[in-house]
Amino acid sequence: MTFEHVLQYLLAGITIGSIYAIVAIGFNIIYNTTGIINFAQGEFLMVGAMTAVTFSRLVPLPLAIAIGIAVTVAVGVLIDFVFIRNLKKPTVLNMIIVTIGLSIIIREVALHVWDEKVRSLPYFTGDEISSINILGAYISPQALWVLGICATMVVLLNVFFKYSVMGRSMRACSANPVAARLCGINTKNMVTMSFVLSAAIGALAGCVMSPITQTQYDCGTSLAIKGFTVAILGGLGNSTGAIIGGLIVGILEEFSISVMPLAYKDAIAIAILLLIMFFRPSGLFGKQEVSALKEF
Amino acid sequence: MLRIRNLHAGYENLLVIKGASLHVNPGEIVTIIGANGAGKTTLLQTLAGLVRPREGEISFDKTSITALPAERIVGMGCVLVPEGRQVFGTLTVEENLFLGSYSRRRSLPREEYRRELGDVYRLFPRLEERSGQLAGTLSGGEQQMLAIGRALMAGPRLIMLDEPSMGLAPIIVKTIFEVLARLRDMGKTILLVEQNAKAALRIADRGYVMETGQIILEESAAELLNNKDVQRAYLGKEYKSIADLGEQGERQ
Repeated sequence: MTFEHVLQYLLAGITIGSIYAIVAIGFNIIYNTTGIINFAQGEFLMVGAMTAVTFSRLVPLPLAIAIGIAVTVAVGVLIDFVFIRNLKKPTVLNMIIVTIGLSIIIREVALHVWDEKVRSLPYFTGDEISSINILGAYISPQALWVLGICATMVVLLNVFFKYSVMGRSMRACSANPVAARLCGINTKNMVTMSFVLSAAIGALAGCVMSPITQTQYDCGTSLAIKGFTVAILGGLGNSTGAIIGGLIVGILEEFSISVMPLAYKDAIAIAILLLIMFFRPSGLFGKQEVSALKEF
Repeated sequence: MLRIRNLHAGYENLLVIKGASLHVNPGEIVTIIGANGAGKTTLLQTLAGLVRPREGEISFDKTSITALPAERIVGMGCVLVPEGRQVFGTLTVEENLFLGSYSRRRSLPREEYRRELGDVYRLFPRLEERSGQLAGTLSGGEQQMLAIGRALMAGPRLIMLDEPSMGLAPIIVKTIFEVLARLRDMGKTILLVEQNAKAALRIADRGYVMETGQIILEESAAELLNNKDVQRAYLGKEYKSIADLGEQGERQ
């Protein structure tokens, strides 16, 4: 393998890995507030991208993306108001099963609204043949969009959870909902807020990746599995861990193509998930002391 | 300040509080003593809004808070330090204290917040030393201090404490009770539920005895300490406790 080849795989891996990282961060946001895994997270990306594709024929691209995000946020809020808020026994397990059911429903509704055709948004800048030469490897300008937007989201989210009143109170809800109420925090609103946030970044990620990976009614499932693997690998709830985990999974997947048949690419993530579960369940960067204080 | 009339409350199929009435005057330490399962914790949870009353009336500062949810009651100046501490384990000590002031996030100026944080740290110097540490890694006594500190950050006029001495070493219990006495001197009103009836009655002004969901006795703390029935039921007098033997030893 030449240096250019290695670099080419590396760049491709970083690009797809940062998408996985964003999906993982979407998991983390809801996990950090409610302690549950929202398995409909992948569907947020799909709904955001599909809506944006539909509207991109009618309005300018940025507006179409904004509409995609708005519609996805509405779906997220709806999920919370109709299902999560009204659960009679809102245990962690019950809520997780609700989200699995919802992901199936959303997928089926999307199939009826959009049919099974593969679509994609236009490239944000340039087109599919324009590329930037980096030390002999070629990278699409869209990949730079992906990297830039992912990096910005991560920085903003970290600041939000660490320093803002709302970010801190969302973490408090996750740590101890009853104590949060005793501090005057309306825990139900914080849960809604976490669905808004994670739907919004999911939809944005779905839009920015759509030109590269294409979008279909069922593309959320595999993204959710990859994102979940990354979230576990990086340590649930840890967004810096999610970035590094995302890059690891993305890069390993790309390099696997050079040694294994393409069909096995998706098995990489599952293999990593199993290894992590066996050897380091708190993830690479999950602090052991923190995970000891959490339910799972 | 706090007035409860004929309160009934409980969980799904279980009525725990069966017609309790009591009141707390401004500046008092009032304690509720009673055996396990008498309904003391449920009573406090109902007052804090975590459990919905089925019947009866709760008023705080002459305003009815009977149907208010927990997150609203804190904002009125009535705060609960729950049983078993319940600190935010995955947040730092300072973040815990910050969230204590959540109900005043719009009305509390920054300097005032800093000053009150300083007050809490003066009350519990240990918390300042550990301000950047995760609350879940603190010892039980430190967590109890943090829970009280967090409640103070809400700027309450009435503090309700549920078993603050539970599971703590005697030396820490002493510190906690000293702090409660200091809080009273600072003008806070305190409603204290305790298993450790003797320690509670020593700092309290008045006491209520609770049994199977009802208040069966109300007297000044001094009278309760001398009451024969209370002594036998809650102060362990008939067993000639070690403390009593110690006192006799001193007299001889």
